[in-house]
Amino acid sequence: METLIFLIFAALAVASSLVVVAHRSPVYATMSLVVTLFSVAVLFVLLGAPFLGALQILIYAGAIVVLFLFVIMLLNLQKASAAAGRRGGQLWVALPGALLFVGMVGLVFWRAGAPALQPLTADLVSLKGLATALFSDYLLPFEIVGLLLLVAVIGATVAARRAPDGEASRLLPREDFVGAGDEPRKEARS
Amino acid sequence: MVPISWYLMLAALLFAIGTIGALTRRNGISIFLSIELMLNAANLTLVAYSRQMGDRTGQLIVFFVMAVAAAEAAVGLALFIAVFRSRRTIDVNRLNLMRW
Repeated sequence: METLIFLIFAALAVASSLVVVAHRSPVYATMSLVVTLFSVAVLFVLLGAPFLGALQILIYAGAIVVLFLFVIMLLNLQKASAAAGRRGGQLWVALPGALLFVGMVGLVFWRAGAPALQPLTADLVSLKGLATALFSDYLLPFEIVGLLLLVAVIGATVAARRAPDGEASRLLPREDFVGAGDEPRKEARS
Repeated sequence: MVPISWYLMLAALLFAIGTIGALTRRNGISIFLSIELMLNAANLTLVAYSRQMGDRTGQLIVFFVMAVAAAEAAVGLALFIAVFRSRRTIDVNRLNLMRW
């Protein structure tokens, strides 16, 4: 039964992640990422981490993917995606590299063999144990991550802020940002 | 019981697929999606090893990785919005100011 669930969701994860990297439309790719994240969340539950599975669905599939969809809508990328979908010679470098990586890792696991798996202990699964470790041994990293999120919120707000009229954005000065072959874009805002 | 190595193989496969996406896509958003995929594969590896060792440290690291991924996505997407405002594109091939 466990093997069957693993196989179903592993196949689902691989198939949907292929759609993520191969689909032209960013919206479809993002929705496919939701399927991948959900499958991996199921595998987290199988591995005895139900809290992380719930967190994965809440944070990743809930918050981050919605953020992606908002940005795709905001930038109206459907039209741009057709021109941006073409691939260059990088595929012929990336594909053998990725195959080599999977082959090497597979060889290592195949040669090494796996030690017999201990049955799941209640201690590993329990949320109480996780929380105790998080707020005692890992309190400092926890606080630092909170600080990081605060910095990220402030940084994202500043970076995405619309520059006031008449004043060029300080982060991305328009003149400096125009490349050699591009003609400077006219001011489009009214 | 599913052997842990199957999970590790799956994670390696997802990571490789994410690498291919991050290397070959031109659209900035698609590159970000591929990076999220790679982070998720790394998370799966951590949880799998945490299961094998019977130690919950791996799960705690996954917790932190998720928080950092959220911060990274927020800042990165804000940067893309800023770039799109000035360049009208997020095709990374055309953002070649720092190219040698």
